[in-house]
Amino acid sequence: MVQQIIFYVLAIIIMFFSIMAVTSKQMIRSATYLLFVLLATAGLYLLMGYEYLFAVQTAVYAGGIMVLFIFAILLTQRPGEKIAPEPLKQRLSALLLSLTGFVFCGFIIFKNINKVYKLTEEPEMNSKLIGKTLMGTDKFQYLLPFESISVLLLACIVGAIMIARKRS
Amino acid sequence: MNDLFLILSSDTVPLEAYIVVSLVMFFAGIYGFLSRKSLLMVLISIELILNAADINFVSFNRYLYPEQMEGFFFALFTIAISACETAVAIAIVINIYRNLNNVEVDSLNLLREDDTEKTAPNPQSGL
Repeated sequence: MVQQIIFYVLAIIIMFFSIMAVTSKQMIRSATYLLFVLLATAGLYLLMGYEYLFAVQTAVYAGGIMVLFIFAILLTQRPGEKIAPEPLKQRLSALLLSLTGFVFCGFIIFKNINKVYKLTEEPEMNSKLIGKTLMGTDKFQYLLPFESISVLLLACIVGAIMIARKRS
Repeated sequence: MNDLFLILSSDTVPLEAYIVVSLVMFFAGIYGFLSRKSLLMVLISIELILNAADINFVSFNRYLYPEQMEGFFFALFTIAISACETAVAIAIVINIYRNLNNVEVDSLNLLREDDTEKTAPNPQSGL
C-alpha cells in the first residue's frame, strides 16, 4: 500500500511537470521542471529496487546534465525574458500529432498488456554483481559496450571543446 | 472495468502504470520537440523522450525478467550516451549563439560559418 501511494505521487509529479516543462514560457523554469521530472524518475528506479540506477540517474542527469542546461540558458538568454509565443498553427499541429500518438499507443497498451504482473521477489543485486557483470567478457556481461562508451565519452569531450572553442 | 478494479485492489503497482507514466512523458517530449522554436527547448524535449525510454527498459526488466539485467544495463548505457549527446549539443548551441546572437531554429539556414560577407558579399549566400 505504501509502495502504491509513493508510486502514484511520483507518477503525478512526473506527468504534471513534464507537461509544464514543454509548455512553460520561461526557459529557466522549464529547466527546473525538467529537474523535477528527472528526480522523480530516479525515485521510480528506487521504488523498483535498482539503487545503482537511482544513484546514476541522480548524479548524471540531475547533477551533470542539469548544470549544462542551466549554464547554456544563462549564456544565451537574458534573465527573466519570456520567449515569444510560437505560431498557433505550429502549436496546434504539434498538439494534434502528439495526442494522436498518445491515444494510439495507449489503446495498444491497454488492449495488449491487461494482466496484472505480480512483482516478484526482489533479485539479489549488489554492487559486486553489477561490477562483475560490467567487467566480464562472458555471455550476458558487458565489457565491450563499457569500453565503447568510454571511447565515446572521450570523443565527446574532444568534440565539445573543438566546437565551442573561440576561433582566433 | 473489472481489470481496473483488480489493478486498484492489488497491493503492488502494475506494469501498465509505469508504461503510462513513460507514455505521457514521451508524448510531452514529442509535443515540445515539434512546437518549440528555441534549440534549448528542443534539447529539453529530447531529454524527456530519452528518459521515458529508460523508464520502459527498467520497468520491463523488473517485471518480466527480474533475474536478468539486460534492461538495467541498457538504461545505464543510455544515460551515458545522453550525457554525451547533451554535452556536444550544448557546445553547438553556444557556438550558434556566438555567431547568430540567438538560438532560434528558424534563423539557422547555413551549416558552415558565414565568412563570405567579410571578403566579398555574395547575394546568393544564405543568412
